[in-house]
Amino acid sequence: MTGIGTRPGRPLPRFEALAPARLDDAQLRRNLGKATATIRGKRQTVVDELPHWEALREEGRAAKAAVLAELDVRLEQLEARVRAAGGQVHWAPTAADATRIVGDIAARHAAREVIKVKSITTDEIRLNEALAARGIVATETDLAELIIQLAGEPSSHILVPAIHKNRSEIRELFVARLGQGDLTDEPRALAGAARRHLRAKFLSVPMAVSGANFAVAETGAVCVVESEGNGRMCLTLPRVLVTVMGIEKVVASWDDLGTMLQLLPRSSTGERMNPYTSIWTGVTPGDGPEEFHLVLLDNGRTQVLADSVGRQALQCIRCSACLNVCPVYERTGGHAYASVYPGPIGAILTPQLLGVEQADSLPYASTLCGACYDVCPVKINIPEVLVHLRGRAVERQAAGAGTHPYPRLERLAMRLAAWAFGSTTRYTLATRVARVALRLLGGGGAVTRLPGYGARWTAVRDLPPPPAQSFRDWWDART
Amino acid sequence: MSDDARAAMLARIRRAIADGAPRHGAHGVSAHDDAPALVRGVPLDAATCIARLVHRVEEYRAHVEVTTHDALPAAIAARVAMRGARTLVIPADLPVAWRPAGVALREDHALDVATLDAVDGVITGCRLAIAETGTIVLDGGAAQGRRAISLLPDWHCCVVFASQVVGDVPDAVRALAAAGSLSRPQTWISGPSATSDIELDRVEGVHGPRTLEVLVVRDARRQGAASSVIAAATGRPPASAA
Ligand code: SF4
Repeated sequence: MTGIGTRPGRPLPRFEALAPARLDDAQLRRNLGKATATIRGKRQTVVDELPHWEALREEGRAAKAAVLAELDVRLEQLEARVRAAGGQVHWAPTAADATRIVGDIAARHAAREVIKVKSITTDEIRLNEALAARGIVATETDLAELIIQLAGEPSSHILVPAIHKNRSEIRELFVARLGQGDLTDEPRALAGAARRHLRAKFLSVPMAVSGANFAVAETGAVCVVESEGNGRMCLTLPRVLVTVMGIEKVVASWDDLGTMLQLLPRSSTGERMNPYTSIWTGVTPGDGPEEFHLVLLDNGRTQVLADSVGRQALQCIRCSACLNVCPVYERTGGHAYASVYPGPIGAILTPQLLGVEQADSLPYASTLCGACYDVCPVKINIPEVLVHLRGRAVERQAAGAGTHPYPRLERLAMRLAAWAFGSTTRYTLATRVARVALRLLGGGGAVTRLPGYGARWTAVRDLPPPPAQSFRDWWDART
Repeated sequence: MSDDARAAMLARIRRAIADGAPRHGAHGVSAHDDAPALVRGVPLDAATCIARLVHRVEEYRAHVEVTTHDALPAAIAARVAMRGARTLVIPADLPVAWRPAGVALREDHALDVATLDAVDGVITGCRLAIAETGTIVLDGGAAQGRRAISLLPDWHCCVVFASQVVGDVPDAVRALAAAGSLSRPQTWISGPSATSDIELDRVEGVHGPRTLEVLVVRDARRQGAASSVIAAATGRPPASAA
């Protein structure tokens, strides 16, 4: 269940169908609650340190919006600069095109194994599966990616794919799968185990695949931000390097890159700067790979770009701050979103990349509280896009094409509400009827069980007892 | 075939953005040539700059020490001794004064990875350092060597001159541009290798060097260190001291 959807052309499982099992998993909720609370605190501390944070966010938003508005020009510029510096550039309209390009490069070098730096984009296109089908093993080198690869599970967080696992669960996995018996569950010992396991591969595997955090159009520089040094290993030691990059990752200038490098680490890991940032341009003789390929991936992005409200989702720099503050994500975890892009950003990106018809429950996986918008370092108005996408889902529903389980009932209720709210008399009458009905149902107290479809509402919450008098009655009576 | 893919993607992009959002439309020109000035933090004076760098690097649990030009060789020797290192790799152009006695030094002339993996440590200079974020930036220039030599050894000792310290990230970008470094392979290093992948707890030491030592040299002989730090903090490039 990695990848952006289950299978091309098939709708995602609905969020509300996947969420309940996660909500019942007490261990998962403890792991997530602890991790997201920690990261929220760290982010706040380093953000508060910068008095000009809000101005920086605006600078980041403006830079990203500007580059999207001239994306064709910037991509051509990037391509020309990378080529001039000895790199090769490939254009991949779909996931299948991108995986074929990477597979062909590996085949040309007779590579049976490639090492990978954590990249959500390659998860999105299911690169590992595609390579496996051609007999090529893709080994993840990021600690969290290694953990979930060993566990055979999909990622549940953009930044920390194994956020749903605690240290003792990770220890058990390493003992079972890496054969390192005398391991404690100290994070330091676990990190040491990963270091031993991967060292030989770094020194010998001839080809690496990475994603990119940013690419600078004006010089052709590509940038990867990381912590462990596995990125540096992959980017400098193998003879061949292939970077798969969504077209929205380009920035216009080095000044813009500087802005992003101030916003990203503080928003994602809550650090002033991440341990390692690698920036390279094409090929440098005597330093790093002899061959560099940049794969520019569309895979639905131009469809997002065409929506004037929804396109701001392409500004995303994948910091994951919106996940960490989201009350829905914190309780359900990433797997309920059934996509490599979970949380608030996933709720607006996945339906747009796949088409709303494939994922029309995701825009509803939110309370619209707006916490995501407040923390987003590039000021993506996530609630605005959510409401916009709900609108599109409802339009499809009205046209008889949606997947909502009770479409007709919902429409009837909405029409009834519109009719009642349409006149004072009808409204007053409706509130009177409702008060009487609620009093009958609740026997004067809170209503704990509604009949029919309403039971789905009261299954998880009570309705408060109705007031004896409505506000309007009280207002009329006081004069 | 791939030309078709390219044309198709560009056509889709042009259709998607045809709704009239403003375009700079400038081929090959920096977006910020006519853009408003960059957002900046409070500028730092020279002393604050150094103090902040030291504090920020320390917070990453790296060892930092402020020394002087004359005391640098002894400081390097002391760190090497404390580490107990026997074999070090060094860039071929590492200044003679930085080369500690009593240890085997392997100058990097395209050493193979097995050799780099087997040495105890590496000594390098840097292109610049960023005070606000506690970052040292390597670009493969003077006294730095290629990227692999500061990656495979488990111990990295980096010499930074006060004149190389800039205030914040935008200063660093401008300084790299002025030094002609933008297209060189860069590594920005902020503390030792680390991970936050287990319960979001920062743990030092995964694949990169697990120990980072930074020696900050206060009085670079050839220029007034203080004045060039101020120059750096105001966005003009610092002179290279390495
Ligand atoms: S939408 Fe904003 S907050 Fe969420 S991951 Fe993207 S950049 Fe970060």
